[in-house]
Amino acid sequence: MTGVRGLRAAAAGAGLALGLPALLLTLWWVASAGSTSIFLPPLREIAAAFDDVWLSDAFRRDVVPSLWRLGAGYATAVVVGVAAGYVIGRWAAVRALTSPVLAYFRVLPAPVMIPVLLVAVGIGDATKLVVIALGALWPVLLNTADGVRSVDDVQLETAAAYRLPAWTRHRLVLRAASPRVFAGARQALGISIILMVVSEMLMSTDGLGFRVTQFQRSFAIPEMWSGVLLVGALGFALAKLFELAERRALRWHRGATGRQEEAW
Amino acid sequence: MSADSRWLGGVGLVVAAAGYEVVARAFFAPEHVPPLSAVVPEAARLLTEERFWVATGRTLLAAVAGAAIAVVAGIVAGFAIGAVPPLLRVMSSTLDFLRPVPSIVLIPVLVLVLDVAQITVLLVAVSCFWIVLFQVLYGLRDVDQVAVDTARGFRLGRLARAVHVTWPTVLPYLGTALRLIVSVALALALTGGLVMGAAGLGELIWSSQESGEFTGMYALVLLTGGIGVALDLGARLAERRLLHWHVGTRRELAR
Repeated sequence: MTGVRGLRAAAAGAGLALGLPALLLTLWWVASAGSTSIFLPPLREIAAAFDDVWLSDAFRRDVVPSLWRLGAGYATAVVVGVAAGYVIGRWAAVRALTSPVLAYFRVLPAPVMIPVLLVAVGIGDATKLVVIALGALWPVLLNTADGVRSVDDVQLETAAAYRLPAWTRHRLVLRAASPRVFAGARQALGISIILMVVSEMLMSTDGLGFRVTQFQRSFAIPEMWSGVLLVGALGFALAKLFELAERRALRWHRGATGRQEEAW
Repeated sequence: MSADSRWLGGVGLVVAAAGYEVVARAFFAPEHVPPLSAVVPEAARLLTEERFWVATGRTLLAAVAGAAIAVVAGIVAGFAIGAVPPLLRVMSSTLDFLRPVPSIVLIPVLVLVLDVAQITVLLVAVSCFWIVLFQVLYGLRDVDQVAVDTARGFRLGRLARAVHVTWPTVLPYLGTALRLIVSVALALALTGGLVMGAAGLGELIWSSQESGEFTGMYALVLLTGGIGVALDLGARLAERRLLHWHVGTRRELAR
C-alpha cells in the first residue's frame, strides 16, 4: 500500500510546510482584528483593500507594466551576461583585460545608477529597463565566467581528442557551467525585483513601487499594506518559479538542490 | 596574478575610460553625460571637501550598524533554529517565503513609524540577516558527524562541542556571508538615501541630480564605486585572516 503511505507522507509534508504560515496568518488576523491604530489596520481590511485595488483595472495599469519591465530587463541581463561571461571565462586574455573593470562594476551598488540613467537617458520605460538590466547583469556575468573557467580540463581535452566540432564543444562547456549560470541568475532575480520597485518609487507614474508609495503618501494605509503584500508575494512566486525551472534544467546535476550564494 | 595579466588589466581600464570619453563626447550633451576628463577633477575636488566625508561616514555608519545587527541576529537565530531539527522542518517554508520578499517594500510601512536614519539601518539589517541566517544554516548542515561522534566519545559537553566542532565548521560559511553582505549593506544604505533622503551619500547623489549638478553627481557615483572596492578588499582580507587555518584559504594562497 505504498500509495496510501505516499499520500500520508505528502500530507505530512504539506502540513509541515503550511502549518506555521497558516498559524502566523491566523495570529495576525486575530491580533489585528480589533486594531484601531492607523498604521496597523486589521488584516480583514487589508484583504478587502487587496480585492478593491489589485483585482480591478489597477492590475492592468500597474502590475502589468511592472512585470513587463522586470521581465524585459531581467531577460536582457541573462542573455548579455551569459554571452559576455562565456567569452570572459573561456579566454584568459579577455579575462585579464576586463577583470579590473569588472571588479569595479561588481561592487558599484546598482541603485546609484538610477540618478545617472535618469540624467543620461531621461525618464521613461527605457531607463527603468536599463537600471534593472545593469543591476542584474553582474551576478549572471561573473558566475558564468567562473563556471566556464572551472570546467574540468579532462573533459575539455577529451572533447578535443574526439575531435568534436567546435560548436558542440562550446555547448558542452556552457552545459558544464550551467549550475553556476543558474546560481547567478537566481541572485540576479532578487536584485531585479528590488531595482524594479526602487526605480518605480523614484521615477515613475505607474507600476507597483509607484502605487505603493502613492498610497503611503495619501495615507491609504490598508491599500498600502495590500501593495506591500503583493510585492512580497510576487518575490516569493518568482523565486519558486525559478526554483522549478532550475530543478528541471539541472536534473542531471548532483548538487542541483544545493544552495550557495544568496541574493538580497 | 602574473605581471602580464596585471598589465593587460591596466590596458583594459584605460580602454574602458577612453571608450567612455569618446562615447560621452560623441553622443551626449556634456551637461547630461560629462566626459571623464570633467568628472575626475570634480571627484578629486570632492575628496577635499568636508561634506563628502561626512556623507560617506554616515552611509558607512548605517551600513556597518545594520550589518553588525544582522550578523549577531543571524548567528543567534541560525544556531537556535539549527540546533532543533523539528523546528527547522516547521520553519523552513516560512523562511523560504520571507526570504525573497524584497526588504525595500518595508520602506512605505516603516516610514510611518520610524525616522529615515533608523529605517536605513533596519533595511540593511533585514537584507543582510537573511544572508547570514542561511549561511549559518548551510554551515550547520555541513557539520561532520564523525567529528561530532568523536567529540562525544571524548565526553565533550554540549557547549564544548559547539565551540570545538560546530563553530569551526560554520565559520567558513560566515566568511562567505561577510563577503556577500558588504556590497548588500552598501547598496541598501545608499538606497535609503536615494528613496527616503536619509542623510548620506545616497541623499547627496540624489540632491545633486535634482539641483542639476550633474558633473558632481557623476563624480559622487565614481567615488561610490571606489568605496565599494575598498570595502570589498577589506572584507576579503578579513575573511582571509579569520580563516587563515581553513583549507580553502590555504589552497588559494598556495596558488
